[in-house]
Amino acid sequence: MAVEQPMRSPVATPGDQTRIHNIGYRNYDGPRLGRSYATRSLYSQSLRGSYGLGRSIKSKVLPMLLFVVMCVPAAIMVAVAVATKAKDLPVDYTRYAIIMQAVISLYVASQAPQSVSRDLRFKTVPLYFSRPIETADYVRAKYAALASALFVLTAAPLLVLYVGALLAKLDFADQTKGFAQGLVSVALLSLLFAGIGLVIASVTPRRGFGIAAVIAVMTISYGAVSTLQAIADNQDSTGAIPWIGLFSPVTLIDGVQSAFLGASSAFPGAVGPTNGEGAVYVLVVLGLIAACYGLLLRRYKKVGL
Amino acid sequence: MYDPTVARLTYRALLGRRRALILGALPLLLIAISVVVRGLAGADDQTASDLLGGLALATMVPIIGVIAGTGAIGPEIDDGSVVYLLSKPLKRPTIIFTKLIVAIAVTMVFSALPTLIAGFILNGNGQQIAVAYTVAALVSSIAYAALFLLLGTVSRHAVVFGLVYALVWEALFGSLVPGARTLSVQQWSLAVAHKVAGGDLVTSDVGLTTATVFLVAVTVLATWYAGQKLRSLTLAGEE
Repeated sequence: MAVEQPMRSPVATPGDQTRIHNIGYRNYDGPRLGRSYATRSLYSQSLRGSYGLGRSIKSKVLPMLLFVVMCVPAAIMVAVAVATKAKDLPVDYTRYAIIMQAVISLYVASQAPQSVSRDLRFKTVPLYFSRPIETADYVRAKYAALASALFVLTAAPLLVLYVGALLAKLDFADQTKGFAQGLVSVALLSLLFAGIGLVIASVTPRRGFGIAAVIAVMTISYGAVSTLQAIADNQDSTGAIPWIGLFSPVTLIDGVQSAFLGASSAFPGAVGPTNGEGAVYVLVVLGLIAACYGLLLRRYKKVGL
Repeated sequence: MYDPTVARLTYRALLGRRRALILGALPLLLIAISVVVRGLAGADDQTASDLLGGLALATMVPIIGVIAGTGAIGPEIDDGSVVYLLSKPLKRPTIIFTKLIVAIAVTMVFSALPTLIAGFILNGNGQQIAVAYTVAALVSSIAYAALFLLLGTVSRHAVVFGLVYALVWEALFGSLVPGARTLSVQQWSLAVAHKVAGGDLVTSDVGLTTATVFLVAVTVLATWYAGQKLRSLTLAGEE
């Protein structure tokens, strides 16, 4: 809608042909929402994007499918527990994510590259940074979005289990404690997995390659660690098992929760870390999360220019 | 049927720049782990069989197969540069066949060769274990490369579907539902390995005849269908 501006009538005077016309452009004088608003929008858009909301049907299929696959076993367990009037749920809240780790890894591998690789490939990152947001805002928004998406993925089945446990009239205090411990553990897991996934994905603009790289890091490290642990268990060198567990994301989370969150360890021979070793686990997990954040910041310092 | 220029371009796309280093990291890890295990546990046939079967054949070969198989054609279709290749006077099946050869070669070099080395480090080829698993890796390289190359032409999310097959179907379903093992590249190649090793350290759930028939059928059908898909390829924009 053009606004009529009073124009100086261009009365042509011979000999003076040059003049600047005011053709009526106006400056924006509405409210400016600023940096935090832009960061929040980036966060919510990335979070929605992680489940394919606001994107095409095809990109909704995979995240939704993985979400369903995460929740269905929990629903089945609850149904069995209610039907058989069991005294306890078939799995611990803390154990659930460890059992379903393949699904969680697939989710990280598919969604971390879609969150950051496409921005790199289509060179939209400089466009973000031409807005009021800074490098740190972009990194924080993307990190928080993927971590929240993962938390939704991992906490939803726990919620199903918890509600089911209450419906089956299991002990309220006991179940609430287990549920809270499970939530803390999946929160840590979400932060750790999201960080690792994003760091790897932010290096490659190729989506396919990013997916394969993330899954390779997740599964190969777990495969290597569990093989070594099994061998150490066979050799009766049980002292080495917790130390080997430090080298893969899944076993790290397993170690933390079996040391401090009352979980039974999934390590071979159920040898969980002691409290002292557990402290090392916590330090390594927190250190890895901080390192991922730092690496992302460093990566985007360069890539934005 | 084989075009050297296409082969060269595919090699460059797969191994160019730093990608060869990333692909090489996995085999190096396997060899490093075998050295550690040999140092910790000494030479033991059961340990060697567990490590080669669990880590090399079940995890590493499929992942390298996914990277090489889908990477041979997926990115080109993804960024649309495949039209320049398709507009050349080459038969589409020739393009697919050439890319398949390259994908197989890359998968073999990066998975079967380290399996052999790791096997020799672990127990010095005792009871033919190293050779048996190497043969299994070679055979499954062919089937995986053909299968994932087909996925690359069919879907834009080929990598994810390939990984879902390799990790969820073969590892998770295979351990829960015995029937799923009949339809698993890993078990087919293990049947061939069983024939080579002779002992009962390497076992498979399918017979050798079934395995061979399935392996050949999957490879040929996947390659043929990928050629057909490429003949009628529609290029779509980014979602």
